[in-house]
Amino acid sequence: MTRTLVVIGHGMVGHRLVEDLRARDEADAWRVEILAEESRPAYDRVALSSYLDGKSAEALGLAGPGFLDDPMVRLRLDCGAASIDRVSRTVTATDGTELSYDALVLATGSRPFVPPVPGHDLDGCHVYRTLDDLDGIREAAVEGAPGVVIGGGLLGLEAANALRLLGMRPHVVEMAPRLMPLQVDGGGGRVLAGLVGELGLALHCGTATDSIVAGPDGRVAEVRLGDGNTVETNLVVFSAGVRPRDELAEPAGLARADRGGVLVDDRCRTSDERIWAVGECAAVEGRCYGLVAPGYGMAEVVVRQLLDLGGEAFPGADMSTKLKLLGVDVAAFGDAHGATEGALEVVYANNAAGTYAKLVLSDDARLLLGGVLVGDASAYATLRPLVGRELPAPPERLLLPAGTGLGAGALPADAIVCSCNNVSKEDITGAITGAALSDVAGVKACTKAGTSCGSCVPMLKTLLGECGVAASHALCEHFGQSRSELFEIIRVTGIATFSELIGRHGRGLGCDLCKPVVASILASLGRGHILDGEQAGLQDTNDRFLANMQRNGTYSVVPRVPGGEITPDKLIVLGEVARDFELYTKITGGQRIDLFGARVEQLPLIWRRLVDAGFESGHAYGKALRTVKSCVGTDWCRYGVQDSVAMAIRLELRYRGLRAPHKLKSGVSGCARECAEARSKDFGVIATERGWNLYVGGNGGFTPRHAELLAADLDDDGLIRLIDRFLMFYVRTADRLQRTAAWIESLDGGLEHVRDVVVEDSLGIAAELETAMEQHVDGYADEWAGVLADPAKLSRFVSFVNAPDAPDPTISFVAERGQPRPGPVTLPMPSIRAARPDSEEVPA
Amino acid sequence: MTTWLPICPWTALAPAYGVPALLAAEPVAVFRTHDDELYAVGNVDPFCGAGVMSRGIVGDRGGEPTVASPMLKQVFSLRTGECLDDPAARLPTFQVRRHDEMVEIAVP
Repeated sequence: MTRTLVVIGHGMVGHRLVEDLRARDEADAWRVEILAEESRPAYDRVALSSYLDGKSAEALGLAGPGFLDDPMVRLRLDCGAASIDRVSRTVTATDGTELSYDALVLATGSRPFVPPVPGHDLDGCHVYRTLDDLDGIREAAVEGAPGVVIGGGLLGLEAANALRLLGMRPHVVEMAPRLMPLQVDGGGGRVLAGLVGELGLALHCGTATDSIVAGPDGRVAEVRLGDGNTVETNLVVFSAGVRPRDELAEPAGLARADRGGVLVDDRCRTSDERIWAVGECAAVEGRCYGLVAPGYGMAEVVVRQLLDLGGEAFPGADMSTKLKLLGVDVAAFGDAHGATEGALEVVYANNAAGTYAKLVLSDDARLLLGGVLVGDASAYATLRPLVGRELPAPPERLLLPAGTGLGAGALPADAIVCSCNNVSKEDITGAITGAALSDVAGVKACTKAGTSCGSCVPMLKTLLGECGVAASHALCEHFGQSRSELFEIIRVTGIATFSELIGRHGRGLGCDLCKPVVASILASLGRGHILDGEQAGLQDTNDRFLANMQRNGTYSVVPRVPGGEITPDKLIVLGEVARDFELYTKITGGQRIDLFGARVEQLPLIWRRLVDAGFESGHAYGKALRTVKSCVGTDWCRYGVQDSVAMAIRLELRYRGLRAPHKLKSGVSGCARECAEARSKDFGVIATERGWNLYVGGNGGFTPRHAELLAADLDDDGLIRLIDRFLMFYVRTADRLQRTAAWIESLDGGLEHVRDVVVEDSLGIAAELETAMEQHVDGYADEWAGVLADPAKLSRFVSFVNAPDAPDPTISFVAERGQPRPGPVTLPMPSIRAARPDSEEVPA
Repeated sequence: MTTWLPICPWTALAPAYGVPALLAAEPVAVFRTHDDELYAVGNVDPFCGAGVMSRGIVGDRGGEPTVASPMLKQVFSLRTGECLDDPAARLPTFQVRRHDEMVEIAVP
């Protein structure tokens, strides 16, 4: 019989609980009613600030269509809970609806704490909790003006960063003598203050807010501080901590914890066996947890009970934190404040470099109890798993910045390396040796380690090394170098042929792995037509015939149709060519017209007509820019906010012919409706009312992935500048056949690193990357026009060198749906014997 | 006595490159390596039945001269026709020579 679960609250934890329940409830034992106070389904509150950085509310949403359309789940938005009647087992919603339950989960979260200073409720005072709050802040923000954040903890710094993103000059007021008083100690706080001060934040630590004073219009005009200072501002954001939303508990006769929160046991049960509480509203054995990860843990504990999967207790939570706040690394783990009796501290501070590291040790200096890292948190991955264990090396060696010399060998086998997924060192080393893993990607796939926050990825590399896996980046047996190293060699030396390169830097004759790579590098660097001289023999067959080889040895022909815009005359030419050469025609996924079934010897004849009609090579064959898809934007669409067609054409023409480690695709959407599906592309552009948002690293490959925001609200030239840099950086440094998504994932620092290099120019190479792209753009010439003008190149397009007009007998076609498709093989095929060498030959 | 069929001028075949030829009704792929050795193997890829071997990339594996099928990339020895990735598969081989500035194949 189906029972009813009512969940009050649709935040991150409430959503996780229902999602988890639905995934495991194969028998549909539970029907779920969710009451959500906000007007939107659950969203990623942890990433709230990215909403001001250009991410849309939709992108932050956690509930997919599968969830929202699930007939077993009913979500009521704009509808909170007013009361609980435990006797009749009903919840009355704020809209008057009465819902009966068999089980009830409180996931009401917490509310921002607003200190009762005079003026706290004036117009211009905000809190920082929901997307609606952020909309309000955005509305009220005035570029260049000061804004005041009250609270210098984690959330306060995040709010300050939000104001910074809105162009304001943030002031942070913190009552404690330092920032992040809960996580960081005095020394760390000083270094942190120095680092964020450099970013233009004005800090007021060790002082309270005295009052908030209104101007003549009744709105906030200034904030007066306890130390006598005054900040003139029209915008105040409170982020002075949160309080559990436990107001439903008492009227329903449920106990509250002394310091607030719905009191539950270690299985998240209230005193009523049909009612649970999870997340920030729950006080598990009296303690509230203000992080999402423990909330997820609680959700799982409750789901297991609902489905009778065995009631494991909530294991408590590792409150270690590692964050990048305003670009500054901060980490705290274990007993960061040395609260343990007799605890000793060892500190290494480098004010010049802006780093601070502290270890907390037991009274005999043998056990590691905790620590604080500011400015450089690279040691976090090594140190956190050591908490509660004996130090493997003298503390000073553990504290020195990156490359402490401490190997992963120092970690005990059962130390947890990936705390997000609870993977121990021995799980990882066991997988490496057991499954013969050779790289980080393999470890991730096999153990899940490193797949969530990624902070342990450097440790995974170390463990691979410890297991004797030499990280080989050799391209193949002919070159010990990686693709990016060969790129640099060729770029710097000016070598223009494969023979010279392999003679000087490789061995043997080359193969089908290294030759196309070198061909691609030479093409990226603009060293001649891709079929000039020796280069022709380096090309994969598609590049060699400037067409895409299909399964029967014929080719498809795809002329460029920039942005998908095409004239009727050109459409007619394509139709005529297809008809005259009996080609199969299909509209591609990239808004072009594909003509299939062309024989080698027909390609020049086909292209003669296409070039004469004004078409050029579409590069549908190369590891190169393929298409830039577009919607119709402001030309025709009622909703478009920018001219996506013009931008797509501009981008496609700019990057046409660009050879890359893998094929590249792009899209431009004229509004947030995203009709061009730009976020599934290697680089995608989405129009906003203020310009263009640039997304990178998406693709529709076999591990589909959405592109992520690189920069927001760019003007036309700014957009192109960033794409120039991004693409050239990728072309130079990616591995062979590595698409942008995998490339970004492979970089230490991931997207953050790409942003540093491409947007912030942290390596100082942006100008060079732009120049390289400029040279590519200037050097572009249509490859097919080049072939048609060169008899030597044309002479290769024959069916047989000694019978140029004889059709290839392996090619045949049959008709289907009025068009040709490849027919069966008509020739006897060479032998493929059964696997055993002594068995009889069998026809393949 | 062996009969030799002229295929193309020597200059029509670039180093480390292949050309397709027709021997009676049989498609053959003729290759010239970087050091001007000539090899001829069947042009039909045994894994897919398409006549494409001449369009493969010429190279070596451990010193053995090879061609990689452009279709699914299996590598074959140019000397023996054997598939180095799957010893069960094999291309037929043909005698080939340079004679009077022509490339010639022995008619079987």
